[in-house]
Amino acid sequence: MEYFIELLFSGLTRGSIYALIALGYTMVYGIIGLINFAHGEMYMIGAFTGLIVAEILLIYQFPLPAVFVLTALAAVIWSSAYGFTVERIAYRPLRKAPRLAPLISAIGMSIFLQNYVQLVQTADFLPFPSLIPEFAFLEPYAGIIGSTDAAILVVSLIAMLLLSVMVKWTRIGKAMRATAQDQKMALLVGVNVDRIISFTFILGSGLAAIGGVLIASHVGQINVFIGFIAGIKAFTAAVLGGIGSIPGAVLGSYVLGLTESLTTGYVSSDYEDVFAFALLVLILIFRPSGLLGKASVDKV
Amino acid sequence: MRTTVFSFILASFILIFLQSPTYAENTIKIGVTGAHQGDLASYGLPSLKATQLVVKDINSQGGINGVPIELLAEDDGCKPEVATNVATKLVAAGVKAVIGHVCSGPTKATLPIYRDANVVVISPAATTPNLSQDGTYQNFFRTIAADDAQARLQTDFTLQTLKAKKIAILHDKGDYGKGLAEYARTFIEQSKDAKVVLFEGVTPGAVDYSAVIQKIKRSNADAVLFGGYHPEASKIVGQMRQKRLTIPFVSDDGVKDATFLKVAGKDAEGVYATGPADVSNNPIAIMYRDKFRAAEGAEPGSFFDNAVAAALALTQAMIKAGTADADALIKALRTQKVATPFGDITFDDRGEPVGIGFFIYQVQNGRFVLVQ
Amino acid sequence: MITRHDLRHAGLTGLWFMFLTFPLVVIKINPIEHTVHWRWSNMVWIGVVSFLASLTIRLVQGRRRTGENEKQQSLLQTSVRQFDLLRRPAFFRAALITSSVLLISFPLFFSSYQVNILTTALMYVVLGLGLNIVVGMAGLLDLGYVAFYAVGAYTYALLHLHFNLGFWMVLPIGGLLGALFGLLLGFPVLRLRGDYLAIVTLAFGQIVRLILENWSEFSKGPSGIANIARPGLFGLTLSPEATITYLYYLMIGLVGLTVFVVNRLQNSRIGRAWQALREDEIACQAMGIDKTKIKLSAFALGATWAGMAGVFFAAKTTFVNPASFTFIESAIILCIVVLGGMGSIAGVMVGALILILLPEYLRAVADYRMLAFGAILVVMMIVRPQGLIAPKRRTYTLPSTHNPVNSSDVPASDR
Repeated sequence: MEYFIELLFSGLTRGSIYALIALGYTMVYGIIGLINFAHGEMYMIGAFTGLIVAEILLIYQFPLPAVFVLTALAAVIWSSAYGFTVERIAYRPLRKAPRLAPLISAIGMSIFLQNYVQLVQTADFLPFPSLIPEFAFLEPYAGIIGSTDAAILVVSLIAMLLLSVMVKWTRIGKAMRATAQDQKMALLVGVNVDRIISFTFILGSGLAAIGGVLIASHVGQINVFIGFIAGIKAFTAAVLGGIGSIPGAVLGSYVLGLTESLTTGYVSSDYEDVFAFALLVLILIFRPSGLLGKASVDKV
Repeated sequence: MRTTVFSFILASFILIFLQSPTYAENTIKIGVTGAHQGDLASYGLPSLKATQLVVKDINSQGGINGVPIELLAEDDGCKPEVATNVATKLVAAGVKAVIGHVCSGPTKATLPIYRDANVVVISPAATTPNLSQDGTYQNFFRTIAADDAQARLQTDFTLQTLKAKKIAILHDKGDYGKGLAEYARTFIEQSKDAKVVLFEGVTPGAVDYSAVIQKIKRSNADAVLFGGYHPEASKIVGQMRQKRLTIPFVSDDGVKDATFLKVAGKDAEGVYATGPADVSNNPIAIMYRDKFRAAEGAEPGSFFDNAVAAALALTQAMIKAGTADADALIKALRTQKVATPFGDITFDDRGEPVGIGFFIYQVQNGRFVLVQ
Repeated sequence: MITRHDLRHAGLTGLWFMFLTFPLVVIKINPIEHTVHWRWSNMVWIGVVSFLASLTIRLVQGRRRTGENEKQQSLLQTSVRQFDLLRRPAFFRAALITSSVLLISFPLFFSSYQVNILTTALMYVVLGLGLNIVVGMAGLLDLGYVAFYAVGAYTYALLHLHFNLGFWMVLPIGGLLGALFGLLLGFPVLRLRGDYLAIVTLAFGQIVRLILENWSEFSKGPSGIANIARPGLFGLTLSPEATITYLYYLMIGLVGLTVFVVNRLQNSRIGRAWQALREDEIACQAMGIDKTKIKLSAFALGATWAGMAGVFFAAKTTFVNPASFTFIESAIILCIVVLGGMGSIAGVMVGALILILLPEYLRAVADYRMLAFGAILVVMMIVRPQGLIAPKRRTYTLPSTHNPVNSSDVPASDR
């Protein structure tokens, strides 16, 4: 039983990590129906910016909480700026293009950004300082959940709640939903569609940046390829939960994380990914729009 | 737009023509391959630099009996399918010998090409045992000990020095890591002194390894053997210590890397790793390391000494054989001793180096210290 | 004509990029020795370059906009004429003969290295044409196409290892197994559409690779299978150079066969059905087309080519391991299809040649190679979202109403 609980928390940690990235995927997809392959790179850029800022602050011996807050802030600012710019350059001109053109543009952007960071920084692994202090009250449970794990879990839940509330009740959230439903109609009722899409990219990239800083402090190292690997898993999680749905992205992430950790625990970690992907296929066979996704109805 | 497309195609064709450079005829060509860009560049670039330094010396002393050496560097990105292209390119350019490849996969894929073209290959870093042991490739040599020797040392150390009885073996599912882990498992099972309680591959690049660590905990292992590279090793060690699991961690030369110390930080303390001999007192090693520092302003990286040894062995064999002809070269490599950063070495008839072995190191106060 | 407005816009763009790239381009930290290295000169460069780039783009766009009205009429005329030129059988035949002669005589003039990479590019032509059936014609987004490629490669590697079967024997088996796996993937995804389909195909591709990687007893795991025989030529032993040339001609043959078959398929009853499925699934069903059958046939027929290309890959590199069949490989094949022009055979061929040869020749700019590759993908999509050579529909025009201006003013893919 204890073993099961340990695995449960491992799965939740992994799931929360996926969730932080999956939320951005699902928002962009919900609004313009684009699989934003470059989203993982926003997470990577957030982590790199965070590392740079954190190192400078640590050299000047700022206190740890201040370092964490400023690092996260800088990461969010610059990741959002990159998200905004990428949308303007690579996706906006393609809004009326055939469906696959933006996808290829996104793949190109992803390759470009990876190599850009590699050129101006490095391809090597860099150590990332641990920015989350050790919480004393978690010490008795150290064998089950660490401070950083707890922080990631809490932040991903808060992010999901805030996003859901925003989309449901605020003015901009309503505008987002309108844009997602029908861009032309939204335009007609006075929604600035361009601005809403830019806002979605900024929000998604900012969230990925927070994820970048938290996950990098959990893992303790970063390099330019982390975005790609995490991106594929997060995307899988978003689809599993029903892409376009905010609670779905989080649920999908937890299901994916738990599947992986339970497979590792009771079968073998050799096959954790095989089980995770097989589960995805299985769920989509029975619920073709994911766990919480709405089935779309086509009319002729 | 049409013009853009056409100029694009035209430009590619012009590039094709440009790509057939004319080399000077009166040089001996040696290829240097490995990952020179991308995430694995840190394993390949030091070999390139080492070879360049050695060749510069030889050429300034008059080359091979008066003929200068010309180096052709090619990036294989550690990918077999790229490596075969690179190999045919080198063969077409008329190389007499190749220093590389750095990764085992590309080496395996390209050896038939080199053999058919009668080109001598000296790898400074490919450690897969079955490259040389069946004697198929008479043209293959290496200046690094093979994985089975390394696994043997790891298991002997874990069983005899650490006196572990229950051992958990992890690997990174890669060619190198899994191969090493499988040798270790075989050796432990043969010895009958200890039991392998866990044998698992972890997914490289995954964000969290806590599930597999809980599994180690449950297996009550009293030592962990790991086959793989430093990024995964530092993540596993870090999360083991986070979960308050303090059993010894024994790893390989993919982990005995300065980056591991920096990334794992204080969690690295006490970790064991196998690695090549400590050559910091050897005059040849010191000379080339100083040259590297003077040229690059940085510390030489992985396999630097091995590549210096490979380049020295190759050029000395050429000088002694008086020719770059493959058969004479192979004979010279097998019979003549050559002074390298590892001391005097020679090669046996399977191309394995005689005189280069593995040692056990432990991280103490942020440095690798020789313990056995 | 540069206006003040243009300058202001370009200036703002320059400033924005200076801000955007500030932390990554200017600051380089050394997290080991905890030192910071400031590279201010980079910031100036970024500013200047983005200022000039923005100005140029604005000028070009502005000119195009002002010139558009006057030129529109004549432009339309010439473009129509060019389109017609391509469509004229005489021109088409001439182009076909020239390119065939060029391709066939290629090994006579170039080194074996050039021949070798062209062989690789041709392999991707076959892969691209195969994926084109699934994505371009039937409109089913497949992100795991590389799985079938892996199936083909391992078919040859394993059959050669265990039963010592030769290349010619395995080539059809590889194609068949590819088709079988295509059906295997096709069944569960019949109900899925759009991006859900995409992710399941992605998962399928990953599963195949992961099994090859982990099931060592079956596939020798990550260390791969070496010493695979090259194709034989009536028992002759060939020199390395001759083998490369021989492989090249084999590949030309395979490309020829693929083009022939795919071309015939495209205009066949089943090809029409695929296109109907792509345009509208429900309408397609309403027309009395058996959706299950044509979806499965698209997956199976597409996968066949990947299976054969896989057998060829194993024979060419003489070594296979799972690392050659990652997701990025699927992405590149997809890029070939979309960049070349979905559904267009000539487009896919041009796309494959560009995307595979480009990185090889970009080796000249070493460090910037993949950076340029990514940027080119983005730029090409923006400039030509329908692909380099947009597919043309076969149209039937009545002789009496024939009017060249009206019949081809909208590229088919815009619909």
